[in-house]
Amino acid sequence: MKAAFVGATRGIGKALARRMAERADALFLLGRDATALTVAARDLEARGARAPVRLGPLDLGDPTGFAAALDAADAALGRFDTLVVTGGLFASQDELAADPAQLQRLLDANFTGTALLCQLAAARLAERGGGIVCAFSSVAGDRARRANYLYGASKAGLSAFLDGLGLAYGDRDVRVVCVKPGFVRTEMTAGLPEPPFAGEADEVAARALRAMDTGRPVVYAPPIWRLIMAVIRALPRPIMRRLRF
Amino acid sequence: MTAPPRAAPESVAGWGRVPVRPGRVARPERLLLPPGEGIVLPRGLGRAYGDAAVPAREDTLVLATPRADRILDWDPVSGRLTAEAGLSFAEILRLFLPRGWFPPVTPGTKFVTLGGCVASDVHGKNHHRDGSFGGFVERLGLLTANGREIVCGPDLDRDLFLATIGGMGLTGLITEVTLRLRPVETGWIAMETEAVANLERMVEALAASREAWPYTVGWIDCLAAGPALGRGVLMRGRHATRAEVPTGDPRARRALRVPGDAPEWLLSPGAMRAFNGLYYWMKAGRRGGTDGPHRSVVSYESFFYPLDMITDWNRLYGRRGFLQFQCVVPREAGLAAMRELLERIARAGAASFLAVIKDCGPAGPAPLSFPMEGVTLGLDLPHRGPATVELVHALNAVVIAAGGRIYLAKDAVTRPEDFARMMPRLPEWRAVRDHWDPAHRFRSAQSVRLHLTGEPPPARGS
Repeated sequence: MKAAFVGATRGIGKALARRMAERADALFLLGRDATALTVAARDLEARGARAPVRLGPLDLGDPTGFAAALDAADAALGRFDTLVVTGGLFASQDELAADPAQLQRLLDANFTGTALLCQLAAARLAERGGGIVCAFSSVAGDRARRANYLYGASKAGLSAFLDGLGLAYGDRDVRVVCVKPGFVRTEMTAGLPEPPFAGEADEVAARALRAMDTGRPVVYAPPIWRLIMAVIRALPRPIMRRLRF
Repeated sequence: MTAPPRAAPESVAGWGRVPVRPGRVARPERLLLPPGEGIVLPRGLGRAYGDAAVPAREDTLVLATPRADRILDWDPVSGRLTAEAGLSFAEILRLFLPRGWFPPVTPGTKFVTLGGCVASDVHGKNHHRDGSFGGFVERLGLLTANGREIVCGPDLDRDLFLATIGGMGLTGLITEVTLRLRPVETGWIAMETEAVANLERMVEALAASREAWPYTVGWIDCLAAGPALGRGVLMRGRHATRAEVPTGDPRARRALRVPGDAPEWLLSPGAMRAFNGLYYWMKAGRRGGTDGPHRSVVSYESFFYPLDMITDWNRLYGRRGFLQFQCVVPREAGLAAMRELLERIARAGAASFLAVIKDCGPAGPAPLSFPMEGVTLGLDLPHRGPATVELVHALNAVVIAAGGRIYLAKDAVTRPEDFARMMPRLPEWRAVRDHWDPAHRFRSAQSVRLHLTGEPPPARGS
């Protein structure tokens, strides 16, 4: 694979980029923090990524830079065939409810920015005969819950977008993968009360990579979350109103 | 995204599962000293047995490093590796052994971080030849108590460097480690095992293997008494060449899990005796006793990390946990002291599966480093309450009389005055540490117990 990668510096993105590096994929790292990207590039080279691993600036909150970022990926990789977006923002419901500016940044990055970037990449890939667009949504987008509907809404929008993108571009060989992690032990979730069936970043990365290889459109990780969310989606609204989570 | 790491209240214990203390645990991807934090305790993968990585107070920020595991630089020609302190040996082996590189020194588990290996100055089966881990460290990145980033090495801020090697994480937060890996042809070990009838023969056999073998270790049945005291199995190995081994690298085996805390009867003296006898019989008796070595080629995992094959093996000791005892005594005192230690343990009926015996080469230059020229003995003691603690104190007295010392990475109960007697260079270490951390921000339950840290800080200088 020749992948443009947003979010390879931390958490599940780091684990996924490492798995791709170990099978000698070519990677182009995109993100906001040039220092973190540089260190990640050295780490991935040492793990087997096609050297040199190059990088470029990208802020999911600023779509004006997207075309240039994809141009840079094309130049570095000799036309990328895969886009991975694991980056995004996370904050607690209380923080988001109290701070409209932070809420807007989160909605912009997780939905608007990610959707625009994936749309742009899908169009490019379709023109050149196909490829893969893989973005990380969340089980939080499967059903609104009072305890995290703001973050959940950004992911619900993204899941719907990715579903449609896959339908629209499928006949031009662009395969779209929507990864929906459940609760995963990472820095992002540190300090949050841990539900049963919490997963590890690397197992989510392994499932995501398999889905990219097979073109599976939606993948839950850990897999038990498909079942959990099926139950939660089926709960009648009066019950959801009484639940505290 | 770059907010300080969130810390959650948790119960923290060492690998021996005793003691358990509350602390606030953060597992950041970037190693920083968050401003406004008071007492800090760095922690790696938690394989230290006792209280070395257990917080002294509830408000301690326990900084667990395993998520900070990026490789910062790798030179495939020289094998020079620079990585963040949370990178584990398991990961180093997974990535670099297929390319022909092996850690220069490895402890008995691969689930250790680079930072932990520095802080404990770990040693391995090649100590008689290669010394301890600290001897292979070229550079350390350290965040000291005042928030300064220091780079130190054998030729750079040498005092701080040496105080950090074996310094149990008390000189600052180790953020980066540079070391040189060892080139090897294969991940297989050409091994010889030999049954040894008693302690004297074991010490002789270890000494006789020093020159020819890079790796040596003895397992002894410390429940055998009388003339059989110290009977066991000597294992010696070297990295096998390509011509000697099956094709391909040894495959990582799937670890077994311990399904729950073991019941008390499993650890009764009778059950232990039966297990140890069986182990000796399997290794030795079956092949007709002590009449010569048995040769084989085994994977590095079964040679170096046999216990890693059982995830959570510490749960075999049940809820009450266990104490590890590891000491080293100088060669001259070696045999007599070992005999006395083994006799006391056998009399107490306190020991467990197996004890490990190994001869050590010369001590390194670090003031708190454990190994010294002589013989080391290590074993598990199932925790049966105050009697077990008293036994450790009695064993410590034997060690002190012999001019030896104990290993802090294993210890949970040693008294401060006993430790001071074992470590003549302790004042030297204190002076360096007090220079870099005068308020003793870096503190563990162990450092408080051993009076390595305290309030008010001890007088400056030595």
